[in-house]
Amino acid sequence: MIEIKNVSKLYRGKQKTITAVKDVSLTIKDGEIYGIVGYSGAGKSTLVRMLNGLETPTSGVVTINDTVMSELKGKPLREARQKMGMIFQYFNLLWSRTVLENITFPLELIGMNKAEREAKATKLIATVGLQGRENAYPSELSGGQQQRVAIARALANDPQILLSDEATSGLDPKTTDEVLDLLLKIKRELKITIVVITHEMHVIRKICDRMAVMDAGAVVEDGDVFDVFRNPKMEITRQFVSEEETPQLTDTTVVINELLAQVPTGKIVKLTFHGDQAKLPIISEMLRQFPNVDLNIVDGSIHQTQAGSIGTLYLQLLGDDDEVAGATDYLHKMRVGTEVIRGE
Amino acid sequence: MVSSTTGFSSYFHFSQVDWPSMWSATGETIWMTIFSLVVVAILGILLGLLLFETAGSSNFWARLVHGLTALFVNVFRSVPFIILIVLLLPLTKGLVGTIIGPKAALPSLIISAAPFYARMVELAFHEIDHGVIEAAEAMGATRWQIVYKVLLPESSPALVSGITVTGISLIGFTAMAGVIGAGGLGNLAYLDGFQASNNTVTLVATIIILLVVFVCQTAGDIVVGRLDKRVSN
Repeated sequence: MIEIKNVSKLYRGKQKTITAVKDVSLTIKDGEIYGIVGYSGAGKSTLVRMLNGLETPTSGVVTINDTVMSELKGKPLREARQKMGMIFQYFNLLWSRTVLENITFPLELIGMNKAEREAKATKLIATVGLQGRENAYPSELSGGQQQRVAIARALANDPQILLSDEATSGLDPKTTDEVLDLLLKIKRELKITIVVITHEMHVIRKICDRMAVMDAGAVVEDGDVFDVFRNPKMEITRQFVSEEETPQLTDTTVVINELLAQVPTGKIVKLTFHGDQAKLPIISEMLRQFPNVDLNIVDGSIHQTQAGSIGTLYLQLLGDDDEVAGATDYLHKMRVGTEVIRGE
Repeated sequence: MVSSTTGFSSYFHFSQVDWPSMWSATGETIWMTIFSLVVVAILGILLGLLLFETAGSSNFWARLVHGLTALFVNVFRSVPFIILIVLLLPLTKGLVGTIIGPKAALPSLIISAAPFYARMVELAFHEIDHGVIEAAEAMGATRWQIVYKVLLPESSPALVSGITVTGISLIGFTAMAGVIGAGGLGNLAYLDGFQASNNTVTLVATIIILLVVFVCQTAGDIVVGRLDKRVSN
């Protein structure tokens, strides 16, 4: 169990003192994935670095399984660190070492013999799915592969705790999901505690059990991920939740372009349903009224928000122009958010 | 002999070159360079490490060590080599027992080149991504483990290209040292070439020095290329 109690961190500069972390108290249970979300500069990186003593709190206490981390120095601190793994946004692999040599690095530090550490590294390479790349150098790997090496390296010492500092922020969405799936697998198979720092709500929603929201050094909200998503109390939390619901404009454009390429014919409309509308049989009613319209569901999704569910549906409408126009009008009348993505 | 001191043709009287002494002078130059280079590499890495490790510390003693090391490095890097040799004559006499011959050149060669290389070493360490060092700390590495498992291997291409540049300027320094009696090709070019007005000796000494420099540079480039795994082929 990780206990953070009334922890603050001040950086005293010449002109002014900066409060990076302000009176934070959190408890992280064994075997859970705990997410800390916040914008950059919110103090979450500083906070997570206090867990392995890379930063020391100005006041307050960090306790991990009855060891007071914030008081450790020298050899006991190094030994405590060896029982924790950490992964980073920019992977931080040694470019001068191969995949295998990077993973054996922490084992070299504790003086394990060569045969043993290579056997262990080979097993870890299989765990993270990089078989066959043992002798590649980091520069020959993609970002996602490099992060897998970093994860294997972090697991080499059989840690009880894995710290993840924006580990997916430098990766594309698909690779992000692969890395997150890997973290979930690790949590299940190795039963270790994972503390995740991120600015992406997607990461929290996908893998975390519990979460905290940080703003200006303080934890403003925390609890079960499900509860926070359903009922965010603070404005900043709402911002994070809504960011996750409505993907950024660029993402949407990419999705639509892909869609248009896949479905070259017909009229394409995007429907948005709110709350109770989602429960009404609007589409089947539309088809009954305009039986000559052919309908094809291209894409769809439903997100849960504090206001109920929001559904998005992309439809391809084929048929007589008048009929298709009538169908679109019908949807407008039913107060369904209708957006024509492409006319015919 | 009469016509040999002037005119373009004076460069090409190869029969007047004393080849045995040319080769032994070449040997002396190479010996002085390699010996001092080895010492400079060790001292430079130690001084560079000291500068790097004590930089930006809030600890009083670390700041004192940093200040003194930086002062030493800056002073000896700034003194022109030819003046440094003269300045260090008493030290040389005390250390190697003579102020004549290749051995006598070593103290001033080392003292002038080591600070030069130390700065390059410090720079090479600073170029290492701080995140990599932090990752090693997070894994529980000791300061010393970080030095020999992270700093040295991760900066190895820069360390080697730095030692190549230092080696080449050392070759130049040995020639200067030769003028005041340290032996080697510089000495030969000065005594036989300049004072005895034998331009051919000067030309041949120049070509040999150039060849040595080219060999150094090429060897350095090859080693750097082998060490650097940052760019995939």
